[in-house]
Amino acid sequence: MLSSIGNILVILVLTLSFLIIYNASLDIKFSSQSIKKNIYKLSLFQTTFTVLSFFTLIIGFVISDFSLINVYENSHTAKPFFYKVAGTWGNHEGSLLLWVNILVIFSYLFLVFNHIHDKKFRLYTLIVQNILILGFLFFLLLNSNPFNSIYPIPLEGLGLNPILQDPALAIHPPLLYVGFVGCSIFFSAAMASLLSGYGGKIFAQSIKTWVKISWCFQTLGIIVGSIWAYYELGWGGFWFWDPVENASLLPWFAITALMHSLIVLEKRNTLYSWVIILCLLTFILSVTGTFLVRSGILNSVHTFASDPSRGIYILLFLSLMIFSSLIIFFTKYKKETYNFNLKSRETFILVNNWFMAFFLLTVLIGMLYPIFLDVLTNVKISVGPPFFNIVIIPLVVPFLFFMAIGPKFGWVKSRNKFFYKFFFLILGAVIINILIFYFFGKYSFLSNLIFIAAIFLILQSCIDVKKIINNKNKFELPRVISHLGFGLLVFFIGVNYQFSLEEDFNLKVGEIKKINNYEVNFQDIKIKDNKNYKAVIGIFKLTNFKNNLVQYLEPEIRIYSNPETLTYEAAIKTKITSDLYLTMSNVSRSDYYNIKFQNKPFMICIWISALMISLGGFVQLTLKKNED
Amino acid sequence: MKIKFFLFIICVLITTSIHTSENQIKLLEVYKNLRCLVCQGQSIADSNSDFAATIKLVVQDQLNEGKTEAEIYNFLISKYGEWIVYQPSLNKNNFLLWFLPYLIFAVGGLVLFFIIQKSRHNKDN
Amino acid sequence: MKISISKIIIFIFIIFSLFIFWQGLKKNNSYDTKSLIGSRISNFELIEINNDDQYISEKDLKKNKFTLINFFASWCSPCRAEHKYLLNLSGKNKKIKIIGINFKDKKKNANNFLKELGNPYNFVGRDLKGRNSILFGIYGIPESILVDNNLIIIKKIVGPIDETQYDEILQLIK
Repeated sequence: MLSSIGNILVILVLTLSFLIIYNASLDIKFSSQSIKKNIYKLSLFQTTFTVLSFFTLIIGFVISDFSLINVYENSHTAKPFFYKVAGTWGNHEGSLLLWVNILVIFSYLFLVFNHIHDKKFRLYTLIVQNILILGFLFFLLLNSNPFNSIYPIPLEGLGLNPILQDPALAIHPPLLYVGFVGCSIFFSAAMASLLSGYGGKIFAQSIKTWVKISWCFQTLGIIVGSIWAYYELGWGGFWFWDPVENASLLPWFAITALMHSLIVLEKRNTLYSWVIILCLLTFILSVTGTFLVRSGILNSVHTFASDPSRGIYILLFLSLMIFSSLIIFFTKYKKETYNFNLKSRETFILVNNWFMAFFLLTVLIGMLYPIFLDVLTNVKISVGPPFFNIVIIPLVVPFLFFMAIGPKFGWVKSRNKFFYKFFFLILGAVIINILIFYFFGKYSFLSNLIFIAAIFLILQSCIDVKKIINNKNKFELPRVISHLGFGLLVFFIGVNYQFSLEEDFNLKVGEIKKINNYEVNFQDIKIKDNKNYKAVIGIFKLTNFKNNLVQYLEPEIRIYSNPETLTYEAAIKTKITSDLYLTMSNVSRSDYYNIKFQNKPFMICIWISALMISLGGFVQLTLKKNED
Repeated sequence: MKIKFFLFIICVLITTSIHTSENQIKLLEVYKNLRCLVCQGQSIADSNSDFAATIKLVVQDQLNEGKTEAEIYNFLISKYGEWIVYQPSLNKNNFLLWFLPYLIFAVGGLVLFFIIQKSRHNKDN
Repeated sequence: MKISISKIIIFIFIIFSLFIFWQGLKKNNSYDTKSLIGSRISNFELIEINNDDQYISEKDLKKNKFTLINFFASWCSPCRAEHKYLLNLSGKNKKIKIIGINFKDKKKNANNFLKELGNPYNFVGRDLKGRNSILFGIYGIPESILVDNNLIIIKKIVGPIDETQYDEILQLIK
């Protein structure tokens, strides 16, 4: 039943895509000012059917209709309701349907909300977007159809990987998809701009909001993913430079660069070609990321489903996208003359782009190098955290400085009065750094520089906040929030890295281990039967001799039955100043348990400052159009 | 002129105020830089497999014997291949990996420099 | 579109990258240590499982034309499955000596295991904590290494020895 409904809906969407492309290309030739009514209608129908198809799949998951292979493979009747719903997008096929949904919804919204812009430009955008929709629909139908049925109908499903049964991970994919797939609309708009010649300042205005929306969701999605890794993976880290995480960073660097250059295009009507390149690149990188993650070409902790046959299809689609956009770009490319003064805001935005390009390409090289080396020379290497840390972190120092200084310059050209203010702020930052160094402990030369730069950015942003409150000039607020968030993020990550206490040891029930001023006492083990898993709970008494505080931590080993999996749940005690983090895992063929005990300062502050970065974007979305 | 003077003072201040600590080898740092061969993309520190436990034991032994971090990595590379370390060594194969990012950074800087130079030139004419 | 060198370079570069991706898809991305075939094992000393005074090291293996080093444990069920091939090898062939290394096991269980299934080994070494396994580049049980008289690895078998692996060993030591 649901299988046929779903398939019919998907095929309807497909047909509508063709109709829209056909009608839109006819309408382009008409010289009338407005777009024909029927195109709006077709697009609205398309959106409705797509959303309905997604709801059909959700219903399939909620009522556990195992005649759908997808439901059978990824759900189970004993699963809590919330995770049944979340299971819809927790697998490859379902997430692809979500992907198509976002493509279609954005296509409709862009059509409706941009009526002040040129007709030809809007129609071309619609056509390109529908070509993308078609591409993904064919992929869905031919290779990864969530509505494929199975006969005889199984009585019970195989269940969802328990590690994915987590609230953070339930909202993580939709956020990321809105962020990544949302980029498709300004990919299409950039193509349309090239095709219709509707460029420059006015183009920037048409895509501004869409870029911001995508940026906000991407940022938030990445943060939620990181929070999930911290709480669920049980290693106490929050960023592993894992291929999947890197894949999500690639489009983020591109879109962040785009967000900044777009301001230059809007204010100064220059950098048009560069903005177009970034628009195209952001979505191409989103698809590249999807390719790398879904095809299984990379080896990652986060890869829960991969299959090379998907890879071939996405690769084909990716090639088509890259070549068609390159050819169109080269055909329409016009040389621009630039006029940038060294002491101007736009120059510093270019500096931002310079760093973003560097970060982006470094991460890309780190990800792809092992693949290239393996194919070309058969040598297998691993490129992991040390590589990225060594290459990227030193350059974060100048990046932070520029981030603080750049926004203080005016457009076109400004005088250099405020250098003296910078001097005093840097002096302040150096002094604060020295205080931290002497009172809390020693760290490396590079860390010193990182702290100074981060504190400088924080101080500068705080002064800006004060100015905003005094002048009531709220248009600078989003930028200040995001930059302050970034400064705090780097600062807290630095503190966290420098002052973490981490210990890895084996204990038996009844044994005690002393670490600095802590004492870990493994008191007991309890076994508890839950609805869909059995838990082995360790009772740890933790004494802090510094303040004579006694706390009990209860990490778990969970044995899930559907599918049969072991997961390790960390016991975490959160305070503003630090997190106590304890995990236990069984050592095979012995009565010892492997214990990881960590005291991680300012974890909660890391999350808050990261959230501040995306908050800046959301604040900007709520501000009315800032015409000045 | 004044700007340069202040920049100079800042540099002096930063360099004199910074103190570095001697590098201690931390056991966990070594674990984190080693890849678990039997797990999907986990480090030795994150894994609780049999293999990871054995590697941890050997790393401890070798640190106690007074071996340096590099010696331990080289030992493990000779036994398991380059895959086991997360930081690829600088050799013929990995030269581009380490070199390209900096090249890109330099090229980006040059492009930026020329754009600003050219603008200045345009204005003078 | 005017054709210029930079455009051609960009296109060639992209085609090249996509080609690599396509090739990469066909490759197996899981890692094994097969690339270490051809390297030399060294610096080891194995103590006999039941006798602390008896041990072998590099120079003992140099006397053998071929040596098969097999890691096993009584708790490992695939080890049982491969055991008959080891027995066959030890019975038939004079050119090859087999060394068993008992991995993270109890002495009693290991002896019972050999009593029950038969002992194909010319020497049984012990590896209580697993330290030796690292010296031989082992990462899972069972795993076997075939070395020649220069202690150069000529074959690595990750997982249990089966019919085809057995035939390959016979081919190699001919």
